Amino acid sequence: MELLCPAGNLASLKSALHAGADAVYLGLKDDTNARSFAGLNFTPAKLQEATELTQKHGKKIFLTLNTFPKPGEEHRWYQAIDLAAKLGMDALIVADLSLLDYAHRHYPKLPLHLSVQASATNLGALSFYKEAFNIARVVLPRVLSMKQVRDLAKVSPVDLEVFAFGSLCIMAEGRCQLSSYVTGQSPNTGGSCSPAKHVRWQEEGQNRLTLLNDVLIDKSALDEQMGYPVVCKGRYITEDQDSPQYLLESPTSLNTLSLLPELAKAGIVSLKIEGRQRSPAYVEQVTRVWRQAIDTYRDNPELYSTSQNQPHWEQTLAKVSEGQITTLGAYERDWQ
Amino acid sequence: MHISLGPLLYCWQKQQVTDFYQQVAASQIPLVYLGEAVCSRRRELKWGDYLELAQMLKQAGKEVVISTLALIEAPSEYTELKRQVDNGEFIVEANDMAAVYLANEHKLPFVCGASINNYNRASLDILQRFGMQRFVMPVELSKAWLSQVIHQKPPFEVEVLGHGYLPLAHSARCFTARHKQLTKDHCETVCREYSKGLLAQTQEQQPLLRLNGIQTQSASCLDLRSEIATMVKMGVDVFRVSPSSFDCITIANNLVDAINTFENARDFSIGSDVNLETTQCNGYWFGEAGLAVHATP
Repeated sequence: MELLCPAGNLASLKSALHAGADAVYLGLKDDTNARSFAGLNFTPAKLQEATELTQKHGKKIFLTLNTFPKPGEEHRWYQAIDLAAKLGMDALIVADLSLLDYAHRHYPKLPLHLSVQASATNLGALSFYKEAFNIARVVLPRVLSMKQVRDLAKVSPVDLEVFAFGSLCIMAEGRCQLSSYVTGQSPNTGGSCSPAKHVRWQEEGQNRLTLLNDVLIDKSALDEQMGYPVVCKGRYITEDQDSPQYLLESPTSLNTLSLLPELAKAGIVSLKIEGRQRSPAYVEQVTRVWRQAIDTYRDNPELYSTSQNQPHWEQTLAKVSEGQITTLGAYERDWQ
Repeated sequence: MHISLGPLLYCWQKQQVTDFYQQVAASQIPLVYLGEAVCSRRRELKWGDYLELAQMLKQAGKEVVISTLALIEAPSEYTELKRQVDNGEFIVEANDMAAVYLANEHKLPFVCGASINNYNRASLDILQRFGMQRFVMPVELSKAWLSQVIHQKPPFEVEVLGHGYLPLAHSARCFTARHKQLTKDHCETVCREYSKGLLAQTQEQQPLLRLNGIQTQSASCLDLRSEIATMVKMGVDVFRVSPSSFDCITIANNLVDAINTFENARDFSIGSDVNLETTQCNGYWFGEAGLAVHATP
């Protein structure tokens, strides 16, 4: 099983390689990818440096092109594909039909990974993308239960990659308009969910108000641990309940360490660590834990769940998790 | 320009649904989308019931399209989808690429629903080659965006959701069941209790979301009726009303009247209005946040 790690900049990329990543994914410094934050991502020159460095280490490097080209500006996305091909990158992570088509026609040897933003969750959708564009792999949205992942893996015409760790998107990715409903910008159009320029914190007595484009999405005690403010992790009241609740999800992170054996048995080819927006230290710590976990399982599957390292791994991961709480998310049926 | 009625996105009792579509049959609405598009666990109406309603509407002179699920996870849902696509009589609204795949396999034309990501002309042209007859614009896109995409007259029809609560997201989790301390597997179809979804407000009482099972909608009702004249000029073929109550039939019916008058007189007025007692929004259409209210001249 491949360990696929995020690289928001060259320092994170080096951390990932140093800590044992098999592959890294990264994006260009513009809105061609859904982590378009200031200070993140790679210029074409840095991308070349990153590609050379990664491949010199014998590891793989994938370019994330997971937004949808804007009318009249399509050429910027096509140029990014041309660049990845020219640099000899190992795969493209793409969601948009026209980009899949372009890449498939111009660079049939460049492997295509269907981005999670394409929301492909079933055999029909995977068959469509496989037959139309010969995709090699799909990144599964975080909406399937473990049983559904297993069922799909048995019949899938392409390799499966799943999210193993990181921020938890609770909606079918690529089809969530909550961010643009409140801010006008979404991952699909503006290149990020809940853009920082719309976030504002304000103290009011003993409380901290979290505002997203002036919409109050949470009110918390000053000393409460808060995650990054997104609409789906806010506290709201309903028509039949006055006390504020996390109606959709509380600030938690996904952690599938305990599912690793099942994911391996299902034939998942790649475990993805989320977090291109996180620090090199996060990348280093998380990569190291997952490297050890995968190696421990590979060396002796029977001993994995009783490994003495388990508590240490869990502790390390919890520390870097949102709200320091982790969940199995949709993999676990009762979460649903 | 035609008026369409989108699929009923809420879980109503069977008798209510039947009464609703009887009333639709008696209306002037020419195009009706019908079917369960949100959750396969809702079993008030079975596939056979929907087919009967579709036939009844067809006999009343309506063009009927079967709407399909937006989120298809379990193999059983995929099997059900195959049955729907291969019904032999009605085309489907594909709300997931699986339906596109199956329609193409059966060489059937289809409508591409708003939950499939279509953000540029090149992608739409690809889907047209796969059999797309009409495309429903994703809800977060704007007038300016659409103008650019259909500037050159496309070989497919264009539909815009113009009135109703906006479907914003789909999840594996059922938020209505969770609110009632139930899990999805033992949900008791509790969404039946909320005929327009469960209203969620901020802690400042600002209406924000509407929880409809696994679907999250806008709390505010989109209203683009005053933009119909602009849409006609742009070349939009269909204006969709997404129903949340029987009143929506009246709204859609009034629009059919108004458009007939407009096409004769080249002047558009909405006609008698129905008050839905809800906040409104239209921001997306004007390139703003979806919940914004853009003042129109």
